[in-house]
Amino acid sequence: MTYSSEIALALERGEAKDLAKLVQTALDSGAEAKQILDDGLIAGMAVVGGQFRRHDIFLPNVLMAAKAMNAGLDLLTPLLQAGDNPDRGTAVIGTVRGDLHDIGKNLVGIMLRGAGFEVIDLGNDVSPETFVAKAQEHGAKVIGMSALLTTTMPGMAEVVELLKAKGLSENIRTVLGGAPVSQEYADEIGADAYAFDGVSAVDRVSDLMEMDG
Amino acid sequence: MMKQAFRKRLEQGDLLVADGAMGSLLLARGLTTGAPPEEWNLTRPEVLEEIAGLYLDAGADLIQSNSFGASPLKLTDFGLEDQCENINRRAAEIVAEVVGDRAYVSGSMGPCGKILEPYGDTRAEDVHAGFRRQAKSLAQGGADLICIETMTDLAEAQIAIRAAKEAAPELPILASMTFDPTPRGYFTIMGQNIETAAEGLAKAGADVIGSNCGNGAEGMLAIAKEFRRVSDLPLLFQANAGLPEIKKGQVVYLESPEFMSEIAGSMIAAGAQIIGGCCGTTPEHIFAFRSAVDGFNHP
Repeated sequence: MTYSSEIALALERGEAKDLAKLVQTALDSGAEAKQILDDGLIAGMAVVGGQFRRHDIFLPNVLMAAKAMNAGLDLLTPLLQAGDNPDRGTAVIGTVRGDLHDIGKNLVGIMLRGAGFEVIDLGNDVSPETFVAKAQEHGAKVIGMSALLTTTMPGMAEVVELLKAKGLSENIRTVLGGAPVSQEYADEIGADAYAFDGVSAVDRVSDLMEMDG
Repeated sequence: MMKQAFRKRLEQGDLLVADGAMGSLLLARGLTTGAPPEEWNLTRPEVLEEIAGLYLDAGADLIQSNSFGASPLKLTDFGLEDQCENINRRAAEIVAEVVGDRAYVSGSMGPCGKILEPYGDTRAEDVHAGFRRQAKSLAQGGADLICIETMTDLAEAQIAIRAAKEAAPELPILASMTFDPTPRGYFTIMGQNIETAAEGLAKAGADVIGSNCGNGAEGMLAIAKEFRRVSDLPLLFQANAGLPEIKKGQVVYLESPEFMSEIAGSMIAAGAQIIGGCCGTTPEHIFAFRSAVDGFNHP
């Protein structure tokens, strides 16, 4: 078994300590940090995401895999060269105003980082103005918004409206997620995309980053 | 004395009606997004009196206190943690004043909003201590029973049950979890199936077990049948009026009182003993459930 598939397996099993050891061993034997990230951590997380989407595994497994991923990233991040990062673009994410539910949003952040995006996490209870201002400040091409409450979902529409009003909706795209949110809702408020879960969030953000603007 | 007889009524096999949604009625009365609904126990008790009255008049036997999110861990998000005792005591008192001996005061306890170790960073002791404070204050305010609901982690539900039993040993405990459909049947998001959940809730000491929230009445009927297959305890079910949909910017739930009460009848036939509503249900739904239940109680 190659070091990268061992690392991927440790991540899938959520074994943070084993994973950190394997990463260190691989680094000591001269493996490139970038290679370990791509073929070990990101590959493993893709497997976990697929299993979660198919209901083969549940949230505890994903959370443990995310912890293991972070343990690996802690070792790799200082070693990654500026050019190593795939530079897939920047996304600003947050839970919308009035909503304090951040578990789903945090998972999306981990998945996006793992997939090579620069992620600016604004936390929860984020106002429409903050979403837009921070996206501009960081040159983000995507704003990812999460809501768990039907009562806070309208905050998503406000961000979409604000982007339109500022003439930014061609430059900054929006993707929505959260239990009460649907593709229909995204269509209704004129958002650019809807993501059912963390894995599809990566897919949607990838698509949006490719769009012209 | 109806109230002392809750466990007896369960033993007799009496069918009971629980109430419906709280949040949507609060929003219709001016609750703003982001504000904790439980704060109104201190600032706008008249609204909660009105809602308790609506469900009482609709025929509910169990009326819930406005305390779903009033565990200290959750109140911390709003800087209201030190008001935990007041908020929960008042939640129960307000309902008790309205219903008198006509219905049971159901002390609602929802999830603490954190993920337990080792998956998350919240310690079981802290969750336990929080639910204990909440249950104690609900009991002091006059709750006739404790209703632990919308739980998605069996471990947290068990902690809540044990904490409630310590804080209020004499009160019956209803424990209700939320399940999602998967190709392999119904599971909580933490991966527990109905059999595991039913066993775990019973082991922790719940008097009544069941499910609330979810994807609508038809899904809940399937869940009810599975609960009956794996458990002998009295069963409680409170379905959503479907999934929320957005129509012209408004959040709407589409399952009608007629549709849901017909399925409520099927749930009773499948072995449910307490039937109520969750998100999107209204006093009209509860009125329809009352008729369905009366058809069984007095055929």
